[in-house]
Amino acid sequence: MTNPALDLDAVLGDPATRIIVCCGSGGVGKTTTAAALGLRAAEQGRTAVVLTIDPARRLAQSMGLTELDNTPRRVTGVDESAGGSLDAMMLDMKRTFDEVVLAHAEPGKAQAILDNPFYQSLSSSFSGTQEYMAMEKLGQLRAEERWDLVVVDTPPSRSALDFLDAPKRLGSFLDGRFISILMGGARSGGRAYLKMLGAGLGAVTAMLSRILGAQVLKDVQGFVAALDTMFGGFRERADATYRLLQTSGTAFVVVAAPERDALREASYFVERLAEEEMPLAGLVLNRVHGSGARSLSAARATAGAETLAEEGGHPLAAGVLRIHAERMRVLEREQSLRRRFTSAHPRVPVVDVPAQAGDVHDLAGLRTVGEALGGS
Amino acid sequence: MAGDSSRRGSDWEGVRLHVVTGKGGTGKTTVAAALALALSGQGRRTLLVEVEGRQGIAQLFDVPPLPYGERKVATGAGGGDVYALAVDAEEALLEYLDMFYRLGRAGRGLRRIGAIDFATTIAPGMRDVLLTGKIYEAVRRRTDGRSGPLVYDAVVLDAPPTGRITRFLAVNAEVSGLAKVGPIRNQADSIMGFLTSPQTAVHLVTLLEEMPVQETTDAASELTAAGLPLGAVVVNSVREPQLKVADLAAARKGTLARPEVEAGLVAAGVNVRESALDALLVEVAEHAERIALEKAERKVLKGLGRPTYELPLLPDGVDLGGLYALAESLRDQGAA
Repeated sequence: MTNPALDLDAVLGDPATRIIVCCGSGGVGKTTTAAALGLRAAEQGRTAVVLTIDPARRLAQSMGLTELDNTPRRVTGVDESAGGSLDAMMLDMKRTFDEVVLAHAEPGKAQAILDNPFYQSLSSSFSGTQEYMAMEKLGQLRAEERWDLVVVDTPPSRSALDFLDAPKRLGSFLDGRFISILMGGARSGGRAYLKMLGAGLGAVTAMLSRILGAQVLKDVQGFVAALDTMFGGFRERADATYRLLQTSGTAFVVVAAPERDALREASYFVERLAEEEMPLAGLVLNRVHGSGARSLSAARATAGAETLAEEGGHPLAAGVLRIHAERMRVLEREQSLRRRFTSAHPRVPVVDVPAQAGDVHDLAGLRTVGEALGGS
Repeated sequence: MAGDSSRRGSDWEGVRLHVVTGKGGTGKTTVAAALALALSGQGRRTLLVEVEGRQGIAQLFDVPPLPYGERKVATGAGGGDVYALAVDAEEALLEYLDMFYRLGRAGRGLRRIGAIDFATTIAPGMRDVLLTGKIYEAVRRRTDGRSGPLVYDAVVLDAPPTGRITRFLAVNAEVSGLAKVGPIRNQADSIMGFLTSPQTAVHLVTLLEEMPVQETTDAASELTAAGLPLGAVVVNSVREPQLKVADLAAARKGTLARPEVEAGLVAAGVNVRESALDALLVEVAEHAERIALEKAERKVLKGLGRPTYELPLLPDGVDLGGLYALAESLRDQGAA
């Protein structure tokens, strides 16, 4: 039983494909995969943009760019003879958040939000805001219609599908009672909830004040009150992006390395995407080891090296045998992990990308990865 | 197993909290677990904590998923006990509220109106405050209230990856900036005081590859700038050179003596076709390339000036036996 081959060239070549989302656990080569797909698409004639959301600025390194900011920049050195081009950008979380505030809050309130200490921490330094802003930026790039393909590298989250959950969480929060209580009846319905709870407004805020401290509570209330006017629009756009991801113009590419943890996460993504009715293109299995001498097993190579060691000659050949034995053991472990995944998900298309001896950090390296992704 | 008397002393006397971080895919969970085993000498008790909800510890030790509670998962390399805990932010919040405010039913009320959900998922930094708060509590816990001996001799944290570690550990400084006075401010200040003290050490796990090493040096400067104490650099999955230096150089240049290899294979009783011999030489060249890359990266790491431990690649993957071997290696190198 073999899984179908993932044909990413077909995905890239289909003009109906407008968004590619690369997801997977940290350290599996997600950013490299996203960049390689963007480059390959551009050189095949697509007008592509790659959005990366990573504080380590790995895309910048791998694309030879020294700086990426919140606006897409043209990548130089791309072969544009097929009529395509490649832009790349890195998400600046705080700037994206500020732009949302300025664009959607009433002019008088915008400054109050930007000045609120709670907002300042939330938008720049607390972890987790990335997911919301990634969705926001993806929606913006797609809506701009400047590109016919947007490739997204997802945030290195605790759970890599956090960015899918973000809009829903925001929605349930907005519909929840807590915000009404925090608003202290400033929004209609707040007091009604409190009556239902059988507690007075004073009692709840007194409790929150005791836990948070009066000044923190005041800042939180100020923040929530100021954001209140733009919440609706924010949520609407997050919902719209979520629905966009469910359409056939989107292709999810799950990226994994042939390691136990990475493949377990990959299984989880595949299942979650199915539950959310998100269109899965398939699995990219990165850094797979191969050998042109598979007929020589690890056991035979090890035995040969031991024979030479006993006889005391041929140290070079003994080293060659030990190197091959190690390669075969790694390869066998990777194949068994791969089988475990494919037998659980027999219909998921898979493409292998061979392990490179060195790191990928230039366009030539990305092209090599792109060729493997394209199946050649 | 080497007796305690023949071992060199630990490089980390006085450290009570070992924070283990690293780029994704470098094996930080494995190293954290091996360190916990290494620290559990005779009569010592170590707590291994995870905070990312991945149940990585349970899988590594081959036990059922951990509930929100501490339980023994292994006997350490020196005969002590290793306990494990998977911290859940929501449970930690309810526990915290109950401990400090005796909220009882009111706490459940907060959950009903969505306040707990808000605190643990919507307000992102709050999660990290709760997680660090729980760790702080475990490090300081005594068997008999305030006076008894400490429950754990050491706590090992399988921490968030290098990209998020400084933000995670420094979250309480952020809180201090928001809450100028009050109980939250006091708690945040004590946690920050402990995390920046010599009782804490932040160990960085890396591979001898360009990007993990880059992230390691980035994290080292960020942690230092935030006043957080750097621990060791742990280099994982190190490959031993299998050839002499001259042969490695020849392999990289593609000038390895093919007839010599061929003769050696015949002497070893291994007969391969020409094409397979070609393939073996390609593998040797890749090995040599990799060793050269490792050498360059090792130099960069040396520039950090931290104690550095190296752990071998386990070609068959990490099982329980492999974990103990890594623990033993860490002890031999002075990590515990």
